[in-house]
Amino acid sequence: MSLQRFISEAISPWMKNEPGPDSDIVLSTRIRLARNMEQYPFPVFASQETAEAVLHHTAREFSSIRMQAGSSLERLNMDDFTLNEKRVLVEKHLISPYLAERSQFGAVMLSPDESVSIMLNEEDHIRMQSLFRGFQLSEGLDFSNKLDDWTEEKITYAFDEKRGYLTSCPTNVGTGMRASVMMHLPALVMTRQLNRILPAIHQLGLVVRGIYGEGSEAQGNLFQISNQMTLGKSEEDIVEDLQGVVTQIIRQERMARDALMRSSRTYMEDKVFRSFGILKNSRIMESKEATERLSDVRLGIDLDLIKGISGNILNELMILTQSGFLQQYAKKELRADERDMRRASLIRERMELEKESGE
Amino acid sequence: MLCQECQTRQAALHFTKIINGKKAEMHLCDECARNKGEQIPGSNSYSIHELLSGLLNVEQVSGNNGFKTQETEEPKQPVCRGCGLTYERFAKTGRFGCAQCYQAFETKLDPILKRVHSGNYRHSGKIPKRTGGNIKVQREMEQLREDLRSRVEQEEFEEAARLRDYIRELEKKMHSGEEDA
Ligand SMILES: [Zn+2]
Ligand SMILES: [Zn+2]
Repeated sequence: MSLQRFISEAISPWMKNEPGPDSDIVLSTRIRLARNMEQYPFPVFASQETAEAVLHHTAREFSSIRMQAGSSLERLNMDDFTLNEKRVLVEKHLISPYLAERSQFGAVMLSPDESVSIMLNEEDHIRMQSLFRGFQLSEGLDFSNKLDDWTEEKITYAFDEKRGYLTSCPTNVGTGMRASVMMHLPALVMTRQLNRILPAIHQLGLVVRGIYGEGSEAQGNLFQISNQMTLGKSEEDIVEDLQGVVTQIIRQERMARDALMRSSRTYMEDKVFRSFGILKNSRIMESKEATERLSDVRLGIDLDLIKGISGNILNELMILTQSGFLQQYAKKELRADERDMRRASLIRERMELEKESGE
Repeated sequence: MLCQECQTRQAALHFTKIINGKKAEMHLCDECARNKGEQIPGSNSYSIHELLSGLLNVEQVSGNNGFKTQETEEPKQPVCRGCGLTYERFAKTGRFGCAQCYQAFETKLDPILKRVHSGNYRHSGKIPKRTGGNIKVQREMEQLREDLRSRVEQEEFEEAARLRDYIRELEKKMHSGEEDA
């Protein structure tokens, strides 16, 4: 398969939509709702028979939903996939590691553009997630509410006046909603301002996680900011609080980028073009380095230092250079050293493609 | 508050743990919590859920006068009639078995939920449209009665009277709705 074909099939169509608001800093917005049905035990302790019945029931209802242009959802059963195929779905953020590894009769229903994925028999009977490009929290909440209302017409939810939507884990009860925003914050990391901002974010009931890598050692300067609390605040208030904090962080990141460009332009150019050169020429590339170099190049594009390359390159290559995808492209299991070589060559080829289409 | 382990990063997780039969407050940053993850039973990857199970155990032990550990004591504990889950199993796994578990363990939930959700234990968000009709009206009524009280206190009697009439009308509607059902 040609690389171009592989990429176009590998990258979710929704990621090729218009970049969306504030996309120089916010890569994507996600809203996830956890819901359970009243009449079945929750999946975690459920018997095989229950899990099977839940899958039949939910999949039947969701098969009648119609998305944009009358399209329906495609159902993927976890049992029909190899380990690596499931890994690829996790790398694309379409399913959770739990659904891939631990669910029984687990399945996901995907919209044609893959922006909507509904996991069945995850820790909860139903986990509906919708993804948007850029910073679109209120649009995301609107859409999720519609999807939820549609579902509630068909399925009687486990709901309690005092506790709200009942979930398997007490950390999700109430709204069952997790709203999150994926941010690229290289300048705040470089100027060491992020560590100063984080405690304040925690105090507002929000959590910040590195998307790749662990804790404060987030790779590629990519962070996910989401609500920790799901009980005691309305969905609108949760989203509004998150919106406020993210807006602040966007402003701070822009200010830090401006300041860096004014005080250390040559240093910034060196950093960006050095990484650009390494990505275009390396023969061995570990995933940690790839993520960091890609972050630099993406910053270079956003600062208008590197021209003629799409900003999508970061989002795309972040996904394509993970082990599941590399193995899918190679069509075989790869050792770690083989992956590092494959990763380097895939990045080089991808950069070449960009040059051809740019000219 | 600083993390008690490294004393440098901000503590992000606050929970209570039983160490040698005594309660100990824990305040950890994400990273130290993860590093300590292997000390939490049944987990090889750290997650908030595992920390949570430590928190749930507290409730149970304090119910036993705090003297005996789970292993030595067979406490009389709530069991969910819907799915058969015992409180002990819930405490160990941090997971409910079904919707009825919330009722079965109701008396123990407020403190747990308060700790997980920054002091909150009551839902104030969305209500299902189809099945939650009355709850929605009731919540609206509570809000209206609250308004009415404050209007009266502020001696805005004209507005108060208008509100009172509106509430009466709603009450009438609700009752006729119940008769239909
Ligand atoms: Zn620490
Ligand atoms: Zn139960």
